[in-house]
Amino acid sequence: MRKERLLLVLTMLLTFVMLFSACAAPAAAPAEGESSDSGDAAEAPAAESSIQIPETVDGKFNIAFVYVAPIGDGGWTYAHNQGREFLEAEMGDEVATAYLESVPEGADAERVIRNLARQGFDAVFTTSFGYMDATETVAEEFPDTYFVHVSGFKKNETNFSNLFGAMESMKYLAGMIAGARAAEDGSNRIGYVAPFPIPEVIRHANAAALGMRQTCPDCELDIRWIFTWFDPDLERQAAESMFDAGASVVITGSDTPGPVQVAGERGMYGIGYDSDTACEVDPGACLTVPYWHWGPFYVELAQSMMDGSFAGSDIYFDVDSGALGLLGFMEGQEPMAGVPESVIPQVQDLLAQMQAGDFTRFNIFTGPINDNQGNVIVPEGTVLTQSDLEGLSGIEGREDCTICMSWLAEGIVPDAQIPE
Amino acid sequence: MTAQSRPRTSRIRFERVQEQPRWLMFVSPIILIGAALLVGALLLSLTGANPWFVYQRMAQAAFGDRYGWSDTTIKATPLILAGLGVSIAFRMRLWNIGAEGQLYIGAFCATGVALHLFSPETPAWLMLTAMAIAGFLGGAFWGFIPGVLKAKLNVNEIITTLMLNYVAIFWNNYFIYGPWSERGFGLTPQFPRNAWLPRFTDFGAAVPSFRGLTMHAGIFLALIVALILWVVWRRTKWGFEVSIIGDNPQAARYAGVNLARKIMIVMALSGGLAGLAGMAEVSGVVHRLQERFSPGYGFTAIIVAWLAKLNPLALIVVAYLFAGLLVGGDVIQPAGIAQLLQGVILFVVVGGEMMLRYRIRIERS
Repeated sequence: MRKERLLLVLTMLLTFVMLFSACAAPAAAPAEGESSDSGDAAEAPAAESSIQIPETVDGKFNIAFVYVAPIGDGGWTYAHNQGREFLEAEMGDEVATAYLESVPEGADAERVIRNLARQGFDAVFTTSFGYMDATETVAEEFPDTYFVHVSGFKKNETNFSNLFGAMESMKYLAGMIAGARAAEDGSNRIGYVAPFPIPEVIRHANAAALGMRQTCPDCELDIRWIFTWFDPDLERQAAESMFDAGASVVITGSDTPGPVQVAGERGMYGIGYDSDTACEVDPGACLTVPYWHWGPFYVELAQSMMDGSFAGSDIYFDVDSGALGLLGFMEGQEPMAGVPESVIPQVQDLLAQMQAGDFTRFNIFTGPINDNQGNVIVPEGTVLTQSDLEGLSGIEGREDCTICMSWLAEGIVPDAQIPE
Repeated sequence: MTAQSRPRTSRIRFERVQEQPRWLMFVSPIILIGAALLVGALLLSLTGANPWFVYQRMAQAAFGDRYGWSDTTIKATPLILAGLGVSIAFRMRLWNIGAEGQLYIGAFCATGVALHLFSPETPAWLMLTAMAIAGFLGGAFWGFIPGVLKAKLNVNEIITTLMLNYVAIFWNNYFIYGPWSERGFGLTPQFPRNAWLPRFTDFGAAVPSFRGLTMHAGIFLALIVALILWVVWRRTKWGFEVSIIGDNPQAARYAGVNLARKIMIVMALSGGLAGLAGMAEVSGVVHRLQERFSPGYGFTAIIVAWLAKLNPLALIVVAYLFAGLLVGGDVIQPAGIAQLLQGVILFVVVGGEMMLRYRIRIERS
């Protein structure tokens, strides 16, 4: 009898826990208000409220977006949602968009993507690495629907492309700024919040380390693997731990501006990621943000789908595409207050070369480059290939990497390792 | 202690309503679900949405066509298996709230068989049977541990089963990020095709209407187990004994029932079914072991079993309703609103159920 009551209380508790865990999620959602789908989606009955149910609009080219985090994450997903809004603004007469946020990677993602295709969306954009296999599976099942997967390496010949860009170029510039800052502060140490030990993240961290060494040859880059793209707590903790270890600048490679916030609390500096709004949490503590500007590519892809010229391909853009940004250094922007004066012309100059297409990701990864143990990885005169940069091997239609992206560059603390 | 120094206390007591009319047993769930939907509707109107429209779309997504039914069945499968698992223990008043962990360990063992123990060329029937046995045994072991502790040392099983959930999840995380990881992500490589439970869509060539239905054979397993348990509770001595122990352990002991032995067996069976749920989920849906592959099926299963009043057949219905709530919630954006709605509905149903079963009395001393 007493136990039964205990169980009841436990059941209630459990329910409460579920209720509150549900409350935790929408905390990030208020950004929704500003992005209401006024205008085109107005035909959908739910559009007047903040609640949105993805639906196709008759007579338009319907594109659905699948997001891994809430659109109010202030980073990766926020940037993609801005891209979606850009697409609506540019092509709203012909294109209607819808989105699903916080879709877990894995089995649920496959179901969600399949249902969107079945519902009649003409194209589905999936914007997290973990959606790759699910997108591939559904693309095969729905040959008349177009699929674009962001940040992966799979495609097919007809209706499935992948899309990504050389963020490493911007991380390189961010590393230069961070290095200059750390040198000026005398700490000679910066930190990097690394989500997963995958080629993309390693490439970005390596580029940041190489950039750092350009402006501060004595600096070292500390690194923390957090095994998640989106976890505000873990992201903050990783930053805190690197500040504790003596860093004066932390660069984040994960989704939220949490690490920048931590920098502000510590009186140190942070460098955000993904979205040009990532500095807004604490402008005084924020040096810059390498960010994505997806809109133009969305427009280009939508156009190619509508005129039938779309073909499955590997799209990998560099700075000259205009889809990559470095906050404070793009047209009409001013460098943030914390950026050392001395480094500004250097960054501006290199950025101009990048925008002109004279300095690309391949220039960054040109030998000689040593790893963090002092071993020669890229010999003098050797340039890494695209497959090397993406660490591809055994992928159909792509050459295998020879110097695969599974090493940490010189400048990263010697005892750092890539987790097995 | 004088009367003055002691503040006038009033105690809130929950008393079980002994004489619940039989009709109420059947009507109450309907009333409760109706009330829950009303409260949810209120919440939805507060956000400015049209609740009727939202509910309609949710129902449409979950039960509107055969694809919806397929998706809902996928979610219902682990809920039924794990729900049946916990209901076995609940029958004996053993509060196994460790189904989530048992499910994870079951999935872990099945994965070990599929990826590391058996060669990918193993015939599907052998591979799947071995995975199911491994999943069951894994979950059974995870239930057996608190069972032994309870039977031999009288350790409270609520605490041990709850804690073992975390152990199981961390155990899994170690393997999927470590030795079994694919490219450092929180997942293993995909299972070989022979380790996939057959899905309806796999027979799409022969039966065109099955095309695109991703529900898998696990549901048959779940229904068969439910039927077996229904028979066990009604027709077998063993089932009768378990229920008697639950109602009155003293009497059972006088009747010569080996209580310790029963506890261990019941806990192992209970965990085994949750383990089977884990196996069905990785083999039928996820096709790999992955971090957070279960969105809390083991916990939801407790509520499902409780609301079904431990009746195996009612449990199927309740599991489908909850699965529908999960699937229907997917279509609502922002995602937080759907979770909030699910939470509110759950809260009203469980809370209301308690109000119906218990009378609250305030005693003044």
